[in-house]
Amino acid sequence: MTALTHDAVSVGDTLPPLRLPPVTRTRLALFAGASGDHNPIHIDLDVARHAGYPDVFAQGMLGMAWLGRLLTRWAPQSHLRHLEVRFRGITWLGNAITCTGHVVEKLEHGGEPCVRVEIQAADQYGQIKTVGEALVALPH
Amino acid sequence: MIDKKWIGHELGASELVLDRARLRFFAEAIGEDDPIYTDVDAARAAGYADLPAPPTFLFAAELDSSTVFQMLETLGVPLDHILHGEQSFTYHQPACAGDTVTVKARIEDLYDKKNGAMEFIVKASQAHNQRGELVVEMRSVIVYRH
Repeated sequence: MTALTHDAVSVGDTLPPLRLPPVTRTRLALFAGASGDHNPIHIDLDVARHAGYPDVFAQGMLGMAWLGRLLTRWAPQSHLRHLEVRFRGITWLGNAITCTGHVVEKLEHGGEPCVRVEIQAADQYGQIKTVGEALVALPH
Repeated sequence: MIDKKWIGHELGASELVLDRARLRFFAEAIGEDDPIYTDVDAARAAGYADLPAPPTFLFAAELDSSTVFQMLETLGVPLDHILHGEQSFTYHQPACAGDTVTVKARIEDLYDKKNGAMEFIVKASQAHNQRGELVVEMRSVIVYRH
C-alpha cells in the first residue's frame, strides 16, 4: 500500500467505504460490554418498550466507532487529530450501515499539513444516522 | 428543568487502566479487523508501544467509573429519556495497552430548546496518561427528551 501524502490527496477524493453487516442484538450486547455503556435501553427489550421505543437500538458510540474505522483504514490512527459527529437518527436492529467520507479541504493546522474529511453513516435505505468531520494530518 | 447552577460543576475523576483483553474485546465488538488493534507484534511494527486504543475507546472511562450515570442522577435526568446528540475527540497522544488514563470532566453548559421540551447537557473532558501528558479532549452533548 502506498503511503498517503498531502500532495497526492485532492479535495473531492473519497475514502473507501466501510460496509457493516446488519445490526443484531448480539452486536449491541457485545458493544455494551466492551464500551462500558450499560444503558439497558440498548440491550433490554422491556426497558426499550417501557420508554416508548418499539425495540432496542444501537448505541450512538457504536456508529461513531465505525466512522473511526473508516478513517483508520484510510490513514494511520496516529495521524488523526480531531473527530466529531452529530447523531441524527437512531440505528435500529437490521440496519446495515455504510460509512463514507470525502476530502473537503486541504489546510495547515497546528503547523501540520492536514485534510478535513466529511464523514457519514447511513443505512441501506439511505437514511443518515451520523454525520461529522475529521481532521487528518498527512505528510507532504 | 435542570438547574443551571450545575454549569461549571466538576465531576469526579475516572481512572481507566488500558489492558490488552479489553482492547481486543472492543475491537471485536466494533468488527475491527486491522491486526494492529489485536496483535501486539503488528501494533509495534506500526510504531505503537502496544495495542493502541481505537479513536473512540476512551469514552469508556467515564462509563466504567459510572461518572456519567452519577451525573445524570445528580441532574435528575432519567436514563431512558436521553439520547447522545454530539460527540467530539481532539487527539494529542496515542493511548496504548499498559497506559493508565485519568479523565476529568466538567459540565460546560446546560440549555434547552422547544420551550424546555428538550434540554441539552454539554460535558467537556480531558484525559491524561500516567506521565501527565494530555491524551485526548472529549466533548459530549447529551439530549434530555421530556
